[in-house]
Amino acid sequence: MPAELAMAGLLAIPGGGALLLLLLPGYRVSALLNSLVCAATLVCAATLYAARPAGGIYLAVDDLNTVFLIINALVGLSTSLFSAGYIAHEIETRHLTASYIRFYHAMYQFLMFSMNLALLANNIGLMWVAVEASTLTTVVMVGIYRSAAALEAAWKYFILGSVGIALALFGTILVYLAAQPVLGEGLPAMAWDRLLANAAVFDPALLNLAFVFLLLGYGTKVGLAPMHAWLPDAHAEGPTPISAVLSGLLLNVALFALLRFKLIVAGNPGVLAPGPLMMALGLASVLLAGFMLYRRRDIKRLFAYSSIEHMGIITFAFGLGGPLANFAGLLHMAMHSLTKSAIFYGVGYVSQLEGTQQIADIRGLTRSQPLLGWMLVAAVVAIAGLPPFGVFTSEFLVVTSTFARMPLLTVPLAIGLMVGFGALLMRLQGMAFGDTTHRHELPAWRLLPMFVHLALVAIAGVFIPEPITAWFRQVAAVLGG
Amino acid sequence: MSGIWFDIAHLLAGSLVLVSFMLLYQDRMFALLNVFALHAVVLALAVGWQAWIQDAPHLYVTAFIAFVFKGVIIPGALHRIVQRLGIHRSVETVGGIGLTMLFGIGLVALSIVIMLPVTAVASSIGREDLAFALSVVLLGMLMMVTRRNAVSQVVGFMSLENGLVLAATGARGMPLVVEISVGFSILIAFLVIGIFLFRIRERFDTVDLQALDMSRGEQQ
Repeated sequence: MPAELAMAGLLAIPGGGALLLLLLPGYRVSALLNSLVCAATLVCAATLYAARPAGGIYLAVDDLNTVFLIINALVGLSTSLFSAGYIAHEIETRHLTASYIRFYHAMYQFLMFSMNLALLANNIGLMWVAVEASTLTTVVMVGIYRSAAALEAAWKYFILGSVGIALALFGTILVYLAAQPVLGEGLPAMAWDRLLANAAVFDPALLNLAFVFLLLGYGTKVGLAPMHAWLPDAHAEGPTPISAVLSGLLLNVALFALLRFKLIVAGNPGVLAPGPLMMALGLASVLLAGFMLYRRRDIKRLFAYSSIEHMGIITFAFGLGGPLANFAGLLHMAMHSLTKSAIFYGVGYVSQLEGTQQIADIRGLTRSQPLLGWMLVAAVVAIAGLPPFGVFTSEFLVVTSTFARMPLLTVPLAIGLMVGFGALLMRLQGMAFGDTTHRHELPAWRLLPMFVHLALVAIAGVFIPEPITAWFRQVAAVLGG
Repeated sequence: MSGIWFDIAHLLAGSLVLVSFMLLYQDRMFALLNVFALHAVVLALAVGWQAWIQDAPHLYVTAFIAFVFKGVIIPGALHRIVQRLGIHRSVETVGGIGLTMLFGIGLVALSIVIMLPVTAVASSIGREDLAFALSVVLLGMLMMVTRRNAVSQVVGFMSLENGLVLAATGARGMPLVVEISVGFSILIAFLVIGIFLFRIRERFDTVDLQALDMSRGEQQ
C-alpha cells in the first residue's frame, strides 16, 4: 500500500503544493513551503525505489521511470533551496515583485507535477499532454522578467516548442493507428506496457513514420541539433533556478519520452533501427555545441550550449544501445543533471553578485569570493569531463563502448568532446582567475546545494556503491539493444 | 460503410486543406482572422461527420469545441486585440506569396506521397484523412515560418493544431483523452499567447517580431 500512496503522492503533493502556493502571499513562507513540498516529493520518489505499485492503464511505475523520478525529485529539492536565496536577492534588487514571486513558486510546483506526470504516464497521450504542460509552464517562467530579451526568448521557445510538440502528437497518433488493429480501439492501444509487449506485430511502415515524427518532435524538446535554437535563449533569459531545472530535468523528461518510443520501435523486427537516427542527431549536437561554445559571451548561454553537448552524448549512448552504452548513458544523465544544476546555482550567484552575465566582465572569482569561485572551478572541471569527477567516468564509458562497437564513430565523438573541453576551460580561466578589486560576502550555507551536488559527483567519480550499479545495470538491460 | 459517406468525409477534409491555402495568401489581418474562423468551422464539420459515420458520440464534443472555441471565441478575441493594437492594415510576409503557394503545393504532394503507401493497411477512411491532416499540419508550419507578425504566427499555429485534431479523429476509436487535451492545451496556449501579446505591446508598441530580433543577447 505505501507504494501506491507514494505514486499518488508524486502527483498530488506538487499539484496541491502549486495550488497552495498560488494562494499564499509572502515570499519567505512560500519559499520554505516550496522546499518542503519538494522534500515530500523526494520521499515519495525514494519509496518507489524500494517498492513498486501495480500499474494501471493510466499510470505505471517501472525500472526506467524510477531512475528519472528520483533524479527529478532530488534536483528539484536542491534547486528549490537555491531558489530561496536567489529569489530573496531578486526581491531586494526589485527585479521581481511579490506577486510575480507567488506566481513563480506556483509554476515551479506545477512544472514538477507535469514532469512527474510525464514520467509516470502509462498512456502515450497522457504523456504528451504532460510534456506539453511542462513546456507551457517553462515558457511563462522564461518570460517572467519581461525584458526585451526575455520576451524574445520565451516567444522563440514557445513557437519552436509547440511545433516540436505538434510533431510529437502526430507521431503519437500514428503509433495508435499502428497499434489499433492489434490491440483494439480505445485505451489499451495507447497504454505503453501493452504497446511494448505487442510491438512485434504492429505495422512496420506506420511505426517507421511515427518514429521520425517523434524523434523530431521530442528531439526538439531534448535540444538536439538542428532543433536546438530555443535552448540557449531560454536558459539565458529566464531566472537561474529555471535554467537549472530546464537543463537538469526537463531535457531528461523529453529524452525519456523518446526512449519509450525507441523501445516500442526497436521491438519490431520490420522497422528501421531507431538507434542510428538517435546517434546521428546526438553526434551532430555534440559537434555543433562543441564549436559553438567558443563564441559565447554570456555565461548562461555558455552552459546552455554545454547542455546541448551533453544531451547529445546521452542520446548518442542510448542510440548505440547494448548493456554498456545504456549504462553509460544513464550514468551520464544522472551526472549531467547533478553537475549542470550545480553550475547554474554557482552561475546564478555570480551573475547576481557581479551584476552581469557577460563573461568578459566577470574576472577573478576565486579572489572576490573564494569559496564560490573554487566551487565553480570544480564544477566546470567536472562538466568538462576531467577526473576525478563522475562525468569523466560516464564519458569514458561512452567513448570506450563506442570504440568497441563502432570504432570510426569514436573520432567525431572525441573531437566534439575535446573541442568543448577546450572552450570551457578557456572561458573558465578568464572568469575564475585574474585580478579583481571586488569583494563579495555570500553566506556559506547558501552554497550548500551546490556543494552537495558536487560532492555526489566527486564520489561517483571514485566509487559508485554496488546497489546503484546493480540498479543502473538492470535499467540498462530494460533499455535493450 | 462506403461510397457517399467516404466521399463526404474526404470532401470536408480536402476543404480544410483548401482553406489552409487560403490562409497562406491573406495579406490583411481581419481577412486572415475570418479565414481562420472558416478553417475552424470546416474542421468542426469534418469532425462532426466523422462522429456520425464512426458512430462515436464523443467526437461531437470535439466538433463542438472546434466550432465554438476556435471558430467563434478566438477569432473574436484576436479581432479585438488587433483593433486595440492598431495593426489591422497589412500582414508582412517573408518571401513572395507566389513562392509560398508553390512551396505549399510541394508540401501537400509530399504528405500524400508519404502517407498513402504507409497507411495502406489502415482503413481507407483513416488513410486519406491522415494525408490531408498532415498537409494541414505542414501548411500551418509553413505559415508560421513565412509570417513575421505575432498574431499571424499564432493563427498559423492554431491551423496546425486543427490538422492534428483532424488526424486524431481520423484514427478510429482514439480515446477521448487526446481530444479533450488538445482543446485544453489550446486554451492554455492561448492564455499564454494573450499574456505575451500584451507584454510585447507594453515593451515595443508593436507585435512585429522583427523588432524583437534586434534584442538578441549575442549580438553586441
